[in-house]
Amino acid sequence: MSKPHGGTLINRMAPDGKKERLREESEEMKSITLNSELRKDVHNIAHGVYSPLTGFFSSEDFDSVIEHSRLSDDLPWTLPIVLDVPEEKAEELNEGEEICLKTKEGDPLAILDIDDIYTFDKDRMAENIYGTTDIEHPGVEKTRNMDDYLVGGDILQIKDKDTDFEKYHLVPKETRVLFKEKGWRQVVGFQTRNVPHMGHEYVQRTALTFVDGIFINPIIGKKKKGDYRDEVILDAYDTLMDEYFLKNRAVMSILEAEMRYAGPKEAVFHAIMRKNFGCTHFIVGRDHAGVGDYYGPYEAQDIFDEFPDLGITPVFFKSFTYCEKCGGAVDGHICPHGDEYRENFSGTKMRNMFKDGKKPPERMMRPEVAESVLKQDKKFVE
Amino acid sequence: MAEKNYTTVSIPKPLAKKVKKRMEGTGFNSMSSYVTYVLRQVISSMEEEDEEEEFSEEDEEKVKERLRALGYLD
Repeated sequence: MSKPHGGTLINRMAPDGKKERLREESEEMKSITLNSELRKDVHNIAHGVYSPLTGFFSSEDFDSVIEHSRLSDDLPWTLPIVLDVPEEKAEELNEGEEICLKTKEGDPLAILDIDDIYTFDKDRMAENIYGTTDIEHPGVEKTRNMDDYLVGGDILQIKDKDTDFEKYHLVPKETRVLFKEKGWRQVVGFQTRNVPHMGHEYVQRTALTFVDGIFINPIIGKKKKGDYRDEVILDAYDTLMDEYFLKNRAVMSILEAEMRYAGPKEAVFHAIMRKNFGCTHFIVGRDHAGVGDYYGPYEAQDIFDEFPDLGITPVFFKSFTYCEKCGGAVDGHICPHGDEYRENFSGTKMRNMFKDGKKPPERMMRPEVAESVLKQDKKFVE
Repeated sequence: MAEKNYTTVSIPKPLAKKVKKRMEGTGFNSMSSYVTYVLRQVISSMEEEDEEEEFSEEDEEKVKERLRALGYLD
């Protein structure tokens, strides 16, 4: 199993015996209200998904990551984990002060020990993280809309984030114990935001051939209109795993994190998070975490060359199609047949079929998986 | 603009020659960036070999209980 990034699995959860006292103390503190994405960051820091981070970035780590894709101690890290506040709020706060991070309902979530308050250049951040300052890019748009000040410092979580998916919600400590109990030494992580089709299954099975287990880890959260709803994706994977995977070789749990569409830099970040869950390998496909045509099809694979010290092995897949003559999913490495035999696994086409109440053909999707989608009243985000 | 802190390390000249030869065709444009790459790789693999931190027995048992309750373990 991989060691956590930086060597130690971070735990920034307050001990049970101290939570009540900290909650009471937090009532007297100044506070910042967090949106749902920042709440996920707090949760992920507290449970070690973002190990070795113990809090939100100081200016030193921020500058280092923006310029060099490494934390200030030289450890690979590609996306800034920051807490932004407006100028009026920044003026109220002081370095060295403890403040309370609250939910929008006013519940105390965590204590933040402020060690840095700083401004940042949004265009520089967008250019270095997303490779563009085009406002049409969703990550750039979000960066432009951030508040002007960043607050850095360690956090201590006093209340766990509520989740709608308790059954599927495992933190790195739990997956590490689980993989150990299953006797898995080599584990491949698979990131998804979609209902599985035969192309996905081909990738998963091929990777699984060489390791002890596969960790299917859908990202759950904010989605675009027309995307599959989280419940639909989880049910589809449950069905696939029940019917077509060995119970002792595949595990699924969710990851509540924001998609930033940062392409190559996000692919590395995704690998780091899976390393913290205990994965030794991570599947990176074509245009991983990309959007529009901002990134080349294999940029998210090439970037791994820059990180010989990442501590998790990327497993690269090129694009794959269905080949009528081979009778299954193939890629260019294994199939000699021409385009006349090939059919793309088109997610859009399959979504449109579901919208019309139709089942995609078996060569595209397992019938059981298709049925699990069709039976759902609400399949897509409205 | 963030500045990385750099330092100078002396290596024997014959070794530097070997490094230069080894660099050919790798795409690295300086000996410093090549040596940095190699050192990061070496140090990281040494760190991987260090003893892994274990959870306490009590902690691990608590985790297993939850995993059983959720159906991940029998």
